[in-house]
Amino acid sequence: MKFPLSWLREYVDLPAATAHEVAEKLTAAGLKLEAIESVGDDIKNVVVGEVLSIEELTDFKKPIRYCSLEVGEAAPRWVICGATNFAVGDRVPVALPGAVLPGGFEVGSRKTYGRVSDGMICSARELGIGEDHSGILILPAGTHLGADVVELLGLRDDVIELEVTPDRGYALSIRGVAREVATAFGVPWRDPADIEPPAFDEESYPASIADPTACDRFVLRSVSGFDQSAETPMWMQVRLSRAGMRPVSLAVDVTNYLMLELGQPLHAFDRTKLTGPIVVRRAEPGERLETLDHVTRELHPEDILITDASGPISMAGTMGGLSTEISGESTELIIEAAHFSATGTARMSRRHNLVSEASRRFERGVDRELPLYASWRAVQMLVAFGGGTADPGLTHAYVDAEPHTIVIPADHPDRVAGVAYGRETVVHRLEQVGCTVVAQGAAGGQAGAEAPADLLDGPNPAELLTVTPPSWRPDLTDPNDLAEEVVRLEGYERLPSVLPDTPAGAGLTETQRLRRRVGRALAAAGYVETLAYPFIGARDLDGLQLAADDPRRRTVRLANPLSEDEPLMRTTLLPGLLKTLVRNVGRGFGDVALFESGLVYLPEPGAPAKAPVLGVDRRPAEDELAGIAAALPRQPLRVGVVLAGEHDRSGWWGAGRPAGWADAIEAARIVAREAGVEPVVRADRHTPWHPGRCAALYAGDELIGHAGELHPRVVEAFGLPPRTCAMELELTVLEVALPGPVQARPVSAYPVATQDVALVVPAEIPVAQVETALREGAGELLESIRLFDVYTGAQVGEGNKSLAYTLRFRAADRTLTVEETTAARDAAVALAGERTGAQQRGA
Amino acid sequence: MSNTYDPVEVTPLHADEVARMEAEAIAAIEAASDLDELKHVRLAHAGDRSPIALANREIGALPPQARAEAGKRIGGARKAIGEALAARQAALAAERDERVLVEETVDVTLPWDRRPSGARHPLTTLQERIADAFVAMGYEVAEGPELEGEWFNFDALNIAPDHPARSEHDTFFVGSVDSGMVLRTQTSPVQIRALLSRELPVYVVSPGKVFRTDELDATHTPVFHQVEGLAVDEGLTMAHLKGTLDRFAEVMFGEGISTRFRPNYFPFTEPSAEMDLRCFVCRGASAVPGNPPCRTCKSEGWIEWGGCGMVNPRVLVACGVDPERYSGFAFGMGVERTLMFRNNAEDMRDMVEGDVRFTLPFGMEA
Repeated sequence: MKFPLSWLREYVDLPAATAHEVAEKLTAAGLKLEAIESVGDDIKNVVVGEVLSIEELTDFKKPIRYCSLEVGEAAPRWVICGATNFAVGDRVPVALPGAVLPGGFEVGSRKTYGRVSDGMICSARELGIGEDHSGILILPAGTHLGADVVELLGLRDDVIELEVTPDRGYALSIRGVAREVATAFGVPWRDPADIEPPAFDEESYPASIADPTACDRFVLRSVSGFDQSAETPMWMQVRLSRAGMRPVSLAVDVTNYLMLELGQPLHAFDRTKLTGPIVVRRAEPGERLETLDHVTRELHPEDILITDASGPISMAGTMGGLSTEISGESTELIIEAAHFSATGTARMSRRHNLVSEASRRFERGVDRELPLYASWRAVQMLVAFGGGTADPGLTHAYVDAEPHTIVIPADHPDRVAGVAYGRETVVHRLEQVGCTVVAQGAAGGQAGAEAPADLLDGPNPAELLTVTPPSWRPDLTDPNDLAEEVVRLEGYERLPSVLPDTPAGAGLTETQRLRRRVGRALAAAGYVETLAYPFIGARDLDGLQLAADDPRRRTVRLANPLSEDEPLMRTTLLPGLLKTLVRNVGRGFGDVALFESGLVYLPEPGAPAKAPVLGVDRRPAEDELAGIAAALPRQPLRVGVVLAGEHDRSGWWGAGRPAGWADAIEAARIVAREAGVEPVVRADRHTPWHPGRCAALYAGDELIGHAGELHPRVVEAFGLPPRTCAMELELTVLEVALPGPVQARPVSAYPVATQDVALVVPAEIPVAQVETALREGAGELLESIRLFDVYTGAQVGEGNKSLAYTLRFRAADRTLTVEETTAARDAAVALAGERTGAQQRGA
Repeated sequence: MSNTYDPVEVTPLHADEVARMEAEAIAAIEAASDLDELKHVRLAHAGDRSPIALANREIGALPPQARAEAGKRIGGARKAIGEALAARQAALAAERDERVLVEETVDVTLPWDRRPSGARHPLTTLQERIADAFVAMGYEVAEGPELEGEWFNFDALNIAPDHPARSEHDTFFVGSVDSGMVLRTQTSPVQIRALLSRELPVYVVSPGKVFRTDELDATHTPVFHQVEGLAVDEGLTMAHLKGTLDRFAEVMFGEGISTRFRPNYFPFTEPSAEMDLRCFVCRGASAVPGNPPCRTCKSEGWIEWGGCGMVNPRVLVACGVDPERYSGFAFGMGVERTLMFRNNAEDMRDMVEGDVRFTLPFGMEA
């Protein structure tokens, strides 16, 4: 909300402080400065003039007037003007040559429409007051000729815009902020609601509250003989404009002005349009209301309504109805000031997606005691400026409400802050906020406010204070709320800086360390980390060529996605990675290797569609928590890579090497090895991979993911470079099986013995099988095995391939003899032969 | 070996014979034209099977009275050969250094980017760095799901269904708006999970992804990251919160960098504060009129960093923690925002698009 400093000064005896100093103090008190706008400083040389004569120029497409004006100088000024809403004798603002208007617009003497115009007659908008540009701003008759318009209208001001947090409804008013300013500067202030309305016995208009949960105070007053043509005083228009509201008409402006000043939303009805008594109630099924914005709204049974015999006439505290709106002919006004339920208005406002200045205030809490005073001030203003009469009578329907009290030990704020404020300061600050503070046991202590027994425990129980928050602070409900008031008014900058005695922690867990390791290992291997949004669409799943019954199509859907194209939560990391790859390729990076580590969201079949929303007055039972857990999808952590282009670059050293299926599988090995697992690789056929170039990866018997080259259809669907490769693993599975500390192996000092062996096997036998057999067959003397050549060709026969291995043998305790290593090699070959049909080449 | 003295058999030990061997060896040494040849010459004339070495073996066959002289003679020759070898070795090595190494010169400025390295995303490593600062203070890293129960994300955090704060969180609802499930709008639900699952006292920090229905632009993204901290123990005060965040500021931004608190409102903390960081670039100097401006803090001297406060006792109650005995504090900050002011990242779109040009310069740690 915007607060003109002059408006605050009207109620606070502010010392000579700049707007910045005021804003700084308010920020320190919790009302955060959004912006300071200095207005009117740039306006000069605009004076009050009287129209002496008007010559209508008719040679132009639009009406043009050439006017002479008395501005308190030796001779009249002659000015061209395009507006026609003024007459001889009117007093108007005249910008003299050399004048400057808001925005630095300079007015000079110039020739236009065939005449010399010696200045300009100004509209309200040209003076920076509101949006009215329909005609010249007519000043009241009798305004002093030649007076400086800036001074006259109070155009020079500083406007402080504050961000008001949702708990502090009272600060959406001059009244609330004036109190804070006065407290911050330690100066006196005047409460604009501190007035004494006269007492009336009779009702002003029949009204009642049917639902006390919807409204606990409903006040009506009435004004007769109101003159709709009466203009809003200039100073009020200026203030409304400065506070960011558009002046409309006197009746509307008065209700807005008082809402800004006091924080009490007001509504005006045309009395002649009301039928029968008013009732505040909830909506009945099927009821509708056309509101002031010309929208007909279907009402919800929980909506809070003002009704008369005709049905709904207003959505309480949100927006009035069109049928009872005051119009240009209305002379009989009913002013409504009420206190509606905060949650009730909040829900109604949200349900109808209708946020108004009134609803913003009711949601955040309005002073329950204000309606009587605000309505009386409205009547006074309407009478004073609109020529009506205040009708005797007052309608005051209300529900009794016990004042809420809070009992705190006097040192509670001290214990929250870690600062010894002392009882006196605590009481003083709470009273400044407006609380009534009574020491318990002392006379006048609240009988109903029993202290919790445990507060009285201990050797030196602190004195208990019974605190009754003021009516404008419904947010003060708990002991800590009161502590905050003391701490903030004493100043957050007074808080000392003390490190707690934190118990020794255990550091990162093994899984947390693993995640970091995996990221570093992939980055070291050339992959760049990306963080794609986890939103996908059916098109992405189609692009992956997933079958209709593929479990990855079982997705979580968002009720309100940002884009209707991507309403689903990902079940695989691949779409995000692939689209990011395409983006990079499109931006000229054809050789690209990316990785992402993130959650996928896998709904369990048969899971409940709703998670219970539990109570908050105690710790939920385990089965209640299990109810939430059962509804949530499984969210395992995955890691994926995609790569295309050259993985080893071409350069002056010669040709590079394109990224291939083997790189993707190697990426899976890199990840698995960080988890202490040497993954078992098996050929698989799994979308979206190329059916002949897809590996399934296992940790023992457990599937951890897939890697390889993508299917050409997938490449086409996503617009990927040819032969793009990808890998996706589930880190959560690897985390479960972390093997613990790596076991050291003794380093043998004896020499190595090397044997090469070439085996011919049928082409379809996977190399991994041959190698496994060789390892097992070679026994424990085998130190390492390395495939150094794969050969297919005539020499090994059709349908065969030759695999050449180097086997290195070593013993821990002796130099191996040729006989020993040969025997081990022969055993290896024999087992490979037995399992895979491998024949030693040349044997 | 014969015991009799036979002068014929020890011809090699004759003075002229020894001199000849020495002369031949030195001639060969001098003739060696490179280090390789010299290696062969060394073998032939000074090795175990060289004539002089073989002659040396014959000394034992001489009568004792003759041995000393022969030994002296052979020793002298071997010394001379050795010296010649060393000298030639030095000369040839110098020559090689002079000539051959020059011939082998390459252009070491040639690029060798055959397999360029990758990089980790700065948002990831920044989260780790922030977490590490707290782990060093004894905190542990806590985790929770991203698709979360509404109770955890809102209700347990004292954000009742009609609370104005609830509508200010632009929430993604899962399934239907009344499913009780949301994409978490903050990392604060991890506080609830930590309090429900851990023994007291609890000191945890939880980095993670959060979601709000904001459209992506230079300063907003619907998916972003926060780091949340929570401490619940006996006797914790706002002074402890301030001390903790001051320490954290120093660890992240250097000695003397502190924080400032301003009152604010969060439903799950009471009292609550906005936390500002002393500008680590100008150290506040730019806020003094007349000093040069500061881009990092926009000459305000302080940078808005996050929110914090004392855990609202209602939150403790919802987690079964006795608020009469325990108190706590919590704090949170945006990781994207931190990256923006710490690393001068100006546009949030760069952080989400995955363009390798943005990420690569950050290497292994931002």
